[in-house]
Amino acid sequence: MKIYGVGILAACFLIGHILGDYLGKLFHLSGNLGGVGFAMLILVIGNDYFKKKNKIPAETENGILFWSTMYIPVVVAMSATQNVKAALSGGWVAIVVGMVATIGCYLLIPVLSKLSKKYANQ
Amino acid sequence: MNDIIKLLDKNGLVFAFLIVSVIMYASYYIGKKLTNNKIPGAAIAISVGLIIAYFGGDKGVASIPAFSGMAILGGTMLRDFSIVSTAMGASFTEIKKTGFIGLLCLVLGTLVAFIIGGAIAYLMGYQDAKSITTIGAGACTFIVGPVTGAAVGASSAVIAISIAVGVIKSIFVTISTPFLAKKLGIDNPQTAMIFGGLVGSTSGVSAGLAATDTKLVPYGALTATFHTAMGCLLCPSILYFIVHSFLP
Repeated sequence: MKIYGVGILAACFLIGHILGDYLGKLFHLSGNLGGVGFAMLILVIGNDYFKKKNKIPAETENGILFWSTMYIPVVVAMSATQNVKAALSGGWVAIVVGMVATIGCYLLIPVLSKLSKKYANQ
Repeated sequence: MNDIIKLLDKNGLVFAFLIVSVIMYASYYIGKKLTNNKIPGAAIAISVGLIIAYFGGDKGVASIPAFSGMAILGGTMLRDFSIVSTAMGASFTEIKKTGFIGLLCLVLGTLVAFIIGGAIAYLMGYQDAKSITTIGAGACTFIVGPVTGAAVGASSAVIAISIAVGVIKSIFVTISTPFLAKKLGIDNPQTAMIFGGLVGSTSGVSAGLAATDTKLVPYGALTATFHTAMGCLLCPSILYFIVHSFLP
């Protein structure tokens, strides 16, 4: 049943957030540190482990996949509920940061693909 | 009219489903017909979201009566829940094939975007640790920005900038990838994975690769998915502490 997948997802989400909360308290910060990242790692590793054993029914998987297709719509709703008026006072920041940071990452691609070819040859 | 507004407010989440689906339909239609898939529907839809948020208040469009449900659909809980689910699209075995270099890409991509983003933010007048960290995180992806902003307690205005940064990155990646692919050597799975891991923006990478060579899409998207996790892990923790140790 699809709800099993949703349940697994909910478990990963909550465990990740508990870890993130714990980490936050450890550093005396209000809020969650990397809870989403932990939850994703738990799901990736769990998925990998149980897929090898063929233990995930397609319907269960569909319960999780449904939510991954909801990711863009949820992000659309999120962007529609931001304080854009206030953000526009610093509008150039967004454009300059977005483009320059991307170009910085682009420049590293040839360097790292050379490295990976060396790594593969070894 | 008042009765309708009351009804929509009472059933806010359901109304939000309707609004977002209409935005998505219109955006994907525009992306396909008017821009010939050069700008991904997702990037247009997110931009439409930011534009309509402009007409609202401090909660964006959710500040307008009848639209309050958008705050539930776009709130932290459902947002994080759906982001975690995208990890299903990534396989640990696949990334192990790229081995050490793959991990290096994820860390380097996050660091480079964060440092460049944070430095520009600092030069343009944002000089507190919370804002610099959030804008630097936005330079990773439009997910890492708000997740980090919420964790470190940045203002809603700065979180909105970090989303805008991520959206601009996504649009820029989508448009420029097909033109730069040859120069950057993105013509094999290995380089596509390096590209995804370094650049990160999942929607930009998958749309950009789709316009370059559809066979490369899963490889780029795979590492791009991990990039968001890496950003969510590093930005609000280690990177924030480093920035915080230099600035208030």
